[in-house]
Order: sequence, then C-alpha cells, then structure tokens
Amino acid sequence: MIKQNRSYKKLILTAVAAAVILYSAAGIDYSGLASFSLSMAGDVFRGLFHPQWSYFYDGSGEDVFSLLLLTIGIAFLGTAIATLLALPIMLISAANLWKSRPAVAKIGKFICNVLRAFPELVYAIIFVKMVGPGPFAGVLAIGVHQIGMLGKLFTEEMEGMEEQSVEAMQAVGAGFWQTFFYARVPQLMPIYTSLSLNHFEIAVRSASTLGLVGAGGIGAPLIFAIQARNWDKVSIILLGVILTVFLIDTVTGAIRKKLR
Amino acid sequence: MKLKDTVHFQWYKTLFIVCILLVCIGSAVHVTEADFVEVFSNVDQMTSFMSRFLKPDFTYILKIWEPMLLTIKMSVTGTVLGVAFAVPFAFLATTIVTKNRIVTMVIRFFLDIIRTIPNLLLAALLVAIVGIGEFTGVLTIAVFTFGMVSQLIYEAIETIDYGPIEAAESIGANKIQTAVWSVLPQVLNQIASYTLYALEVNVRASTVLGYVGAGGIGVILNSSLALLRYDRVSVVILMILIVVVIVDGLSEAIRRRLS
Repeated sequence: MIKQNRSYKKLILTAVAAAVILYSAAGIDYSGLASFSLSMAGDVFRGLFHPQWSYFYDGSGEDVFSLLLLTIGIAFLGTAIATLLALPIMLISAANLWKSRPAVAKIGKFICNVLRAFPELVYAIIFVKMVGPGPFAGVLAIGVHQIGMLGKLFTEEMEGMEEQSVEAMQAVGAGFWQTFFYARVPQLMPIYTSLSLNHFEIAVRSASTLGLVGAGGIGAPLIFAIQARNWDKVSIILLGVILTVFLIDTVTGAIRKKLR
Repeated sequence: MKLKDTVHFQWYKTLFIVCILLVCIGSAVHVTEADFVEVFSNVDQMTSFMSRFLKPDFTYILKIWEPMLLTIKMSVTGTVLGVAFAVPFAFLATTIVTKNRIVTMVIRFFLDIIRTIPNLLLAALLVAIVGIGEFTGVLTIAVFTFGMVSQLIYEAIETIDYGPIEAAESIGANKIQTAVWSVLPQVLNQIASYTLYALEVNVRASTVLGYVGAGGIGVILNSSLALLRYDRVSVVILMILIVVVIVDGLSEAIRRRLS
C-alpha cells in the first residue's frame, strides 16, 4: 500500500471515526476511578491466588462441582430444546422452501429476529417470574434465546445449500418431503450438528451468568461471594468456570473438526 | 460418500449417538428439575406480565435516551481500548514476526483464559475491584473485546502474504519495522472490520452490564424490573432493539465497503 493511494474518502472516514471515538471517550464519567485504591486491588489479587479448595467438593450439593454440573445441565437442555424447536422455524423461514409464497419466509425470519433481539438475561428475568427461581428458568431462557440464533443460522445454511441433488431428485419425480429427507437432510445434518455444538459452548458461558437473576447455576454463589468480598471463594468458582468452559470448548471443538 | 457410509449400513452408530443424547437429556432434565407442565400452569403469570409489557410508557423515552447514548459511548470507548491492546498481543501470538514459539504459546494461553471468562462475570468482578460506575463498564468491554479481537487478528495475520516481510527483512528492517510496515498494512482492513464487528457485539452486551452496576442503560433496566414497571421495561427493551438494529446496519454497510 503506497501512501499516495489514500483517497480523500478514507481520510474523511478516519476523521469521522476519530471524532466519534473522542466524543465517546470524553463523554464518560471517570469520577468512579477516584475511589479506586491500590491496596484494595492488592487484597483482591492476593485472595484470588488463594482458592478455597475445600469449597470445590464437600458433598452438600451446594459446592462448586455440583453447581458446575447443574450449569452444564442447564446449557445442554436449553440447547437441546432450542435445536428441536429451531428446526420447524427453519422450515418456515427458509426462502428456498417457499418459492411460491415468499411472504411466509419473511414471517419466519421476523420471528427469529424478535426472539434473538432480547438479551438472555431479560428472558431469564421473565422466566424467573413465570416458573419461579431455579435452574428451569435458566433452561427456558437459554432455549428461547437460542431458538432465534439457531433458527437464523439453520435458515442461512438451508438457503445456501447446493440444489443439484434436489434438482436431480425432482427430475425423477420426487415430491417435496422425499427431496427434503433424502437430499436436504443428509447434506445439512453435519452442519446443523456443528452449529448446535457451538451454541452449546455459548450456552455454558451464559448459563454461568444467569444465576445473577436467580435462574440457577454457578452465577448466584459467585455474585454472593463477590458482594461479600470473599475472594478466595470467588477464586475457586472462577477457576471452576474457566476450566469447565475450556474443557467443553476443547471437546466440542474436536467433535466439530471430525464432522467437517 | 460411499454406499457403506449411508445411514442404512451405519444404523447402529446412529442408534448409539441417539441413545447417548437421550441419556444426556434425561439427566439434564433430572438435574435442572425441569417441569414443562409448570410453564403452562403459570400462563396467567405470563399474561399479566404481557398485558403490562405490551402497553409501553412512551413518555419514558425522554428519560432514557441519555443513558442509552452513554451505553453507546461506553461500547465505542471500550471497543477502541480493547482493540488498541489486542493488536500488539495479536502480533506476539503469531510466530511470523517474533519467530519465537514459546512467546506465542504463553500469549495464546493467556488469551484463551481471558476469553473463557463470561462477560457479566467479568463486569461483576471489575465492579468489586474498581467500583461502581461507567468506567467499569468501559473496562469490562475493553477486556472482553481484547480477548475476542486478538484471536481474530492473529488468525488474520497467519494468512498474510510473506513477500513483503522477506523484502523488509532483506534490507535489514528490525522486527518492529517489519511488523509496522509489512504486516500491519496487510491486515489493517481486517482489523477495522473486526473492530466494527466487536462494536456490534459490545452494544448488545453493554445493555445488560448495568445489571451488575457497570453503568449505562442496564441500570435503568434493572431498576424498572425491580419496581415491576413493565411498561418502562418494554420501552427500554424497545430502545435497545432499535439501537442494536441501527448499529448492526451501519457497521455492516461500512464493513461491506471495506472488503
């Protein structure tokens, strides 16, 4: 890239970006920083490096290990529900399945967009009101949010698939459901599995935060420990969360590599 | 695909996977005490919630546009901060410039750990360390962006053309000069595009950060929910939706021009 090649357009774009950044940076209240003290931060880090190992497993069902299992359970069930329900949504919203009625596909996509738009935390708050606090509210929150996410991705894959095998089947007289089960499903199955696994990873991450609003999992004890400034407890919980997420990422990553 | 690979010849494999999945789902239902009947038995709760939720109090917009703007400012500042730190780390995370495997491994491990911490937990932790306020939100977004973007950038750096690097090295450029003049120009467009992508993600994420005290519109969302003012909640959510859609559209348009 030679300097002379830079057009005025790029200069203007850079200037606008710089102006936006400066405006944003100047508009933030930094007064909160005044209360920050180095000795307090030192205390935090000292606590974080001394995890309370006894809390990892004490057999009471309220320890890190069982809560992590619960978190994984929430994420798994949520993703399973979302995958099952995203399939019919995909059937509605894929434009190449509704060639004669494009309006139907638009409705399906709109449903996905609306479901996706709310943050998981908001769903969690709503479902805690509906079914009471507990892990099941978290399952529903993750499930409903991920229907939108998976529905959108499933639809994109369906619309982007190669139509050759479908056309070949239609040429010998296959109907809609025959082409669907014998040409489309075999082609899309590995991709959909991979997407679902990827969203299971994402769900584990969000399930560990949903406890903040009372939707079960490891989030609630963590927030209590932070508020009580019990840093050695925070440390063991964070360690557990990081390890779990890391493990699940590795396992699903390996499975997804095999699917490709 | 051979005939032997089709479902008809591998049915036992499929059956095995289905069985494992069913066991997993069963144990997950047991652990989370899932009770799907409960959802339908509490429909009246839902309808009472929805009836208030669907009557948004639009006059409240006048009060929330300022925190909304603040949320956007927070995401912009946090994203820029995060990317600014991500670029040098991304260079260290590839062997192309440093030619040192150990540095790469250490840096990648560090980035992996940063990435695994969920957003909201990071915010809660930083609120406890730094204190309640907008700046904590900025810090959270910066750390989160740092983890996400550094991975994207080092993956981009790994795919560049090696010609300019060899050219620069052959006339005696040192490592920093090679990085700035032969590698950076090749990935600059991608960095800009990733920054915009990160901004989209962050605007979505920053709307809930206020829930743990990290400033912005989330604080309003939290207080309206606590006061059971669902008419206000729906206005806040609507506002978030509109902003997310606008930011998504803008950044997608710019990104398409960049590529």
